[in-house]
Amino acid sequence: MSTPADDWRRLDRRTVLVTALVTAGVLLGAAVPVGVALAGRLGTGGALVWVPAAVVVLTVSSAGIDYVRWRRTRYRVGAERVSLHTGLLLVKERSLARERIRGVDLTARPLQRLLGLVTVRIGTGEHVGGDSTLELDPVTRAEGERLRRLLLERAATGAAGSHREGELTALDLRWIRYAPVSFVAPMLGGAAAGAVMQVSEWAGVQRRVIAWIGGLFRDTPVLWTVLVLAAAAGVAGVLGALGLWVEMWWGYRLERETGGTLRVRRGLFTSRSVSIEERRLRGVDLVEPLGVRLMGAARLDAIATGLAEDDKERHGAHHTLLPAVPRALADAVAADVLRERVAPTGAALTGHPRAARRRRLGWALWAVLVPVTVMAALGALLAPLLLWTALACAAVFLPLAVLFALDAYRALGHAVGGAYLVTRSGTVRRSTAALERAGVIGWTVRQSYFQRRAGLLSVTATTAAGAGAYTAYDTDASEGLEFAAQAVPGLLEPFLERAGAPDIPVHRS
Amino acid sequence: MTGEGTVRLRAPRNTLDRRAVGWWRAQALLMTAVPVLVLGLIGALTGPARFWLLTAAAVLAVTGLVCAVLLPLWWFRTHRWEVTEEAVYVRTGVFRQEWRIAPMSRIQTVDTVRGPLEQLWRLATVTVTTASAKGAVRIEGLDHEVAAELAERLTRITQDTPGDAT
Repeated sequence: MSTPADDWRRLDRRTVLVTALVTAGVLLGAAVPVGVALAGRLGTGGALVWVPAAVVVLTVSSAGIDYVRWRRTRYRVGAERVSLHTGLLLVKERSLARERIRGVDLTARPLQRLLGLVTVRIGTGEHVGGDSTLELDPVTRAEGERLRRLLLERAATGAAGSHREGELTALDLRWIRYAPVSFVAPMLGGAAAGAVMQVSEWAGVQRRVIAWIGGLFRDTPVLWTVLVLAAAAGVAGVLGALGLWVEMWWGYRLERETGGTLRVRRGLFTSRSVSIEERRLRGVDLVEPLGVRLMGAARLDAIATGLAEDDKERHGAHHTLLPAVPRALADAVAADVLRERVAPTGAALTGHPRAARRRRLGWALWAVLVPVTVMAALGALLAPLLLWTALACAAVFLPLAVLFALDAYRALGHAVGGAYLVTRSGTVRRSTAALERAGVIGWTVRQSYFQRRAGLLSVTATTAAGAGAYTAYDTDASEGLEFAAQAVPGLLEPFLERAGAPDIPVHRS
Repeated sequence: MTGEGTVRLRAPRNTLDRRAVGWWRAQALLMTAVPVLVLGLIGALTGPARFWLLTAAAVLAVTGLVCAVLLPLWWFRTHRWEVTEEAVYVRTGVFRQEWRIAPMSRIQTVDTVRGPLEQLWRLATVTVTTASAKGAVRIEGLDHEVAAELAERLTRITQDTPGDAT
């Protein structure tokens, strides 16, 4: 590294202000119900003295603690290493070798944003140990940007100039139409209903709320009541999903920077900047959740080594490169990201044998018929009403299960396309993973007794990146192995035997 | 299912140590002994359901015994391993067979573990991990000297291989 070493630097002083404001905000929110509760015991006057006093004391002490943390924390970008020095009693000095740094992520929560501050996370993207990430919370935005450039700037790697740099995509507000069909919407709807119940219970008025709702529907049939309540929860869920989408994706930009780094920037209130070094990118995963897929859209995730392993934001869409967008655009962005002319995720896939479809139909039948049979048996013995319920369940769920089974079978596919191997599977969450063939670090082949009888097997490519393993389920027993052998030449070949060669002894007792 | 141009995985060359059969039997017997003893004790101490409890214990004991005698023989035939210049290749499982292949160049660590029962039978387990969270290869029931030799050989080869194995 030719860059000169910095001196030790401090975090931004205004972290104390941020901490004080956040604590005060939380405490004030809690103070009102606590004050009301205490007013009963201590009298209004007493509550008016004690509650504000407690708020002030707690705010000042949290600010004081943060002040000490600020005094004792410093960091340095050396010629070889980045170091962070922290701690009052337990003094810790951690450092990362600069050449191992793979990502510098910037996050700014709303208050930090107002003050022009960011939290910087510097990571090596390694699996082992928790010490692979340094967090600088906070520094000024300019300093964060400087660190990001400084640490990720390298002599241009790979085929520079062969593919475009700069902005790859930016937010298109029309994409918001995919927000309500995501799985977030029903979850938020349920959560809203739950929250109403919970809060009313805290306030001790749950019974009154239920009575009030009951009163509203006194003259309506039960079915309508259920439908209206479900619709209300649905509307709340859709509104929540729209709000969440705006907060997550506002100002979204995907860029390629000189030096081979992909950068995702997004966020309305909390702004996030995630940088992924292209050297650790091993492919992309085109994800189509059911609702989004029905609308012809797809999301794009990065398959990269050591993303999210040590990350608190594991569930926070940390490795998502692109929100749900029209499928063709997702493919185009995938090609851009991988520096390919044609997206490997769009490649024509080899389908799986019909035996795989039989297995899925079988699972679907079992999943429906077992509970239905149990219900019918109970009905025959105990209550005839259950018989009708069983019949209704069978009539509704059987076609549904068959549809899912057929869709799951249609999803199956695999191919070797260019430098990538592609596997596709899933119905509720269909995933088309394009994994760089050079990124495959092993194979696992599985075959259950039933698969063996049907002439199928599942081939799993293991990799250091992303989920760690990508599987082609229920391929033809012979063709699946050919696929694996072709994807990574030389690795599987010595262990294969062609037809006509001596048999593997068949093991049956 | 054999037709023109079909391919399949051949069995790895080496079997485990013959003593692994004994070790598996001991494991199976221990697994059976605990519930059988518990059932038998309760049966001996409580009057009313004595017959049923003792019957259950007897059935369990017979099943366990039969499994302990037969299954390890079967396992011994299906569990195989092989180490070539390029890769580690292991086959395990009976009802659900599994073949795992890890190339030498991607191996990160090689561990040898000997549990208490394994020590009695002078056996050891070698675990080979790669950079993938899901790619570990385990060879259970090797003679402990063979295991030590193998671990040493694998470590030597992987040290000679450049790169960060991802």
